[in-house]
Amino acid sequence: MSKKGSGGAVKNPGAEPTLGIDPFQDTLRRLREAFKSGRTRSAEFRAAQLQGLGRFLQENKQLLQDALAQDLHKSAFEADVSEIITTQNEVDYALKNLQAWMKDEPGSTNLFMKLDSVFIRKEPFGLVLIIAPWNYPVNLVLVPLVGALAAGNCVVLKPSEISQGTEKVLAEVLPQYLDQSCFAVVLGGPQETGQLLEHKFNYIFFTGSPRVGKIVMTAAAKHLTPVTLELGGKNPCYVDDNCDPQTVANRVAWFRYFNAGQTCVAPDYVLCSPEMQERLLPALQSTITRFYGDDPQSSPNLGRIINQKQFQRLRALLGCGHVAIGGQSDESDRYIAPTVLVDVQETEPVMQEEIFGPILPIVNVRSVDEAIEFINRREKPLALYAFSNSSQVVNQMLERTSSGGFAGNDGFLYVSLLSVPLGGVGHSGMGRYHGKFTFDTFSHHRTCLLAPSGLEKLKEIRYPPYTDWNQQLLRWGMGPKSCTLL
Amino acid sequence: MDPFEDTLRRLREAFHTGRTRSAEFRAAQLRGLGRFLQENKQLLHDALAQDLHKSAFESELSEVAISQGEITLALRNLRAWMKDERVPRNLATQLDSAFIRKEPFGLVLIIAPWNYPLNLTLVPLVGALAAALSLRCPAGNCVVLKPSEISNSIEKVLAEVLPRYLDESCFAVVLGGPQETGQLLEHRFDYIFFTGSPRVGKIVMTAAAKHLTPVTLELGGKNPCYVDDNCDPQTVANRVAWFRYFNAGQTCVAPDYVLCSPEMQERLLPALQSTITRFYGDDPQSSPNLGRIINQKQFQRLRALLGCGHVAIGGQSDESDRYIAPTVLVDVQETEPVMQEEIFGPILPILNVRSVDEAIEFINRREKPLALYAFSNSSQVVKRVLTQTSSGGFCGNDGFMHMTLASLPFGGVGASGMGRYHGKFSFDTFSHHRACLLRRPGMEKLNALRYPPHSPRRLRVLLVAMEARGCSCTLL
Repeated sequence: MSKKGSGGAVKNPGAEPTLGIDPFQDTLRRLREAFKSGRTRSAEFRAAQLQGLGRFLQENKQLLQDALAQDLHKSAFEADVSEIITTQNEVDYALKNLQAWMKDEPGSTNLFMKLDSVFIRKEPFGLVLIIAPWNYPVNLVLVPLVGALAAGNCVVLKPSEISQGTEKVLAEVLPQYLDQSCFAVVLGGPQETGQLLEHKFNYIFFTGSPRVGKIVMTAAAKHLTPVTLELGGKNPCYVDDNCDPQTVANRVAWFRYFNAGQTCVAPDYVLCSPEMQERLLPALQSTITRFYGDDPQSSPNLGRIINQKQFQRLRALLGCGHVAIGGQSDESDRYIAPTVLVDVQETEPVMQEEIFGPILPIVNVRSVDEAIEFINRREKPLALYAFSNSSQVVNQMLERTSSGGFAGNDGFLYVSLLSVPLGGVGHSGMGRYHGKFTFDTFSHHRTCLLAPSGLEKLKEIRYPPYTDWNQQLLRWGMGPKSCTLL
Repeated sequence: MDPFEDTLRRLREAFHTGRTRSAEFRAAQLRGLGRFLQENKQLLHDALAQDLHKSAFESELSEVAISQGEITLALRNLRAWMKDERVPRNLATQLDSAFIRKEPFGLVLIIAPWNYPLNLTLVPLVGALAAALSLRCPAGNCVVLKPSEISNSIEKVLAEVLPRYLDESCFAVVLGGPQETGQLLEHRFDYIFFTGSPRVGKIVMTAAAKHLTPVTLELGGKNPCYVDDNCDPQTVANRVAWFRYFNAGQTCVAPDYVLCSPEMQERLLPALQSTITRFYGDDPQSSPNLGRIINQKQFQRLRALLGCGHVAIGGQSDESDRYIAPTVLVDVQETEPVMQEEIFGPILPILNVRSVDEAIEFINRREKPLALYAFSNSSQVVKRVLTQTSSGGFCGNDGFMHMTLASLPFGGVGASGMGRYHGKFSFDTFSHHRACLLRRPGMEKLNALRYPPHSPRRLRVLLVAMEARGCSCTLL
């Protein structure tokens, strides 16, 4: 099972006396050389890596579920649905489509280039860095990895040190399933990540906060390294008067409290009229009781906050507005009850930062227009939700706002569709991935033209000295309409 | 005092009030751009002649016609490009509407260089103007153009004449040098499109990072041109020379240096001399078909490069005319300045290699270039160079003709840039692709399967439904 060599992971440099030595230099050099050797280019090699990744998931399912339970109190259901199976689907999809994705894409020519072979070739960038967060520590590290491997890159993974159970599995077990000459896991906190970012990579894929996104992009700029930044924000959830409160409550609650709210695409706050609020609150209470029982703390289906720091931050938010539902917390368990807040002011902290926890504030607006205006005054979010029986209302929300993604009458189900891209806009990010989009993200699309070496007479028309006739003919031959002539 | 504050605020407000909202409006802007080109052709030719001594042919071919072609292409395809892209759904979403919607980013900044000052300003502009929302309620980008102050005749036309053809509430030309551009970059834009040097590209990207603004950087480098022993020297000489000396070498995709064997060099030199004489006559300085260097600073830089290696062909220069003769240098060392910086002038150094492999190794030791060329009668050799290197674009047996095809993306990789454009790729560059899923408000019973509490049986049912049967099937 163990493939090659040892030391898939570079241990936390704090554990060794480094004295100013760069802990990543050797690893990066090794990977660069491996890339130069061309090892990662063949479809066979890439498929083998993807198959290895698939076996890693299958053979370590219990280990991964245990790690996720340890880190986030994730239920087996959540671990399967949002981490393991999602990733497995991406692996299968990539294996199935690898050849098609790798193929040169033909381009259309004009009159003068009919005899040329024109195509777009997908090439790996080289050495790519994937920095992953702690909230979906399997999914958000491995789904980008699928695309990076499929595209033929050598990969450095930097999982989050905060989700320690999963970090351990990724550092110690995952490398055994991949060719370690082309793949490495590096560990560390913000300081080590900063050091890592001083190095030159050919692509950097980062998932995390906008604040750190800026740091990553600034570091990338020094080397002209292209980036994808999957960031976050406050995802608005507009609830129209014209809707069924119980249906809406089910859907909003499920996506809000999934993973104890620690989801970048979760509905962050609700916008609705006071009348709607009146109808929504009992429905939300009913949903929460149905989902988690009378004592949510004892439900196996509710997650926990990742660490004390986040817990304290969230507990402080419980003081904003008034608690309409929930509001309980338990420090020893890092437990926060599924909570709904009302009478919240825009200036309060709960409306100033991304919540990233099981707290749902409701802010009142008097109309769709007011909701749209509220939303457009703020940073473009990663996701935007609108609930209404009227498709006109849903469409209005869609057309007059912008966001990474949008869903009408549901939550972030769209992230499970491999055919749509997941990505932000503005402060919620740049670039996109999932399915083929990941492969494209990690590929350079190289325009290629292969002309015949002879037939020089045909080319002569473009050489000086020029006559009017040259000019006319050349202009005509180059025009876009000419591609329909032959 | 911030000279740009008012302009930028005006444009942002225009974007938010929906001033730019209709497909007709978008198309009208593009038609306005087309009329600008048609009605001011002589003015533009004169300005290009003044800035770069561009011949009418070069101006027409590489500036006006290309820009016009992009406008025509955009007008013809606008509706198709703007349309929502329907996407395949999975089991759970079979009854829903799933699509990708193209949306404008908002306020975009285009910074253009001086070498193709019309083309490299207007072609990105076409993409920025075309990027629009849906047919029902479209809004487009508002655009700030920062043309190069170095090509000051064109700058004048763009600043004074172009705005008359566009709706000025959504479009502005701003002027200035490096200092003003730095000030401009402190502002927040929703997209920045930059064409220029890698050095300034880093500055632009660093400034963009402060606001998390996405960028396209069209940069440069030294574009290698490998010439195999197995080829016809005269054909190769024609093709290489044309692309090297076009616009007096001031082209980001021009072949920058040749790699060939000493034997090939022997055959290539007389062929190159013959080509140059044919193209530009015995006295190239009096040919109407050869451009001039843009300014004294660039001229002095290039004149200094003439001292590298040995002059095999050309080598003359005239400061009063900013003229540099079509030149070929030999016996050049890798460490000399002519092999250390992008030449961007009518000087072609030849370096010797003993094999394709050595050429490939030489190329791969250096930064990835914007373009890469390989000349050989053997398609195997051409393919080998293609497969074992990387570059923005590649051409076998010709120069940068691939750039003229609007169906192909144009962009760099590594130090030569990031992002791409031309044709639909410009539209896509300036559009945010928003994933959309519209579900029905009813049929809640179908969703019940996903809600807790989860029994082992329910979980099994769900997992069976989620088992990927070779398709993107996840049922939640």
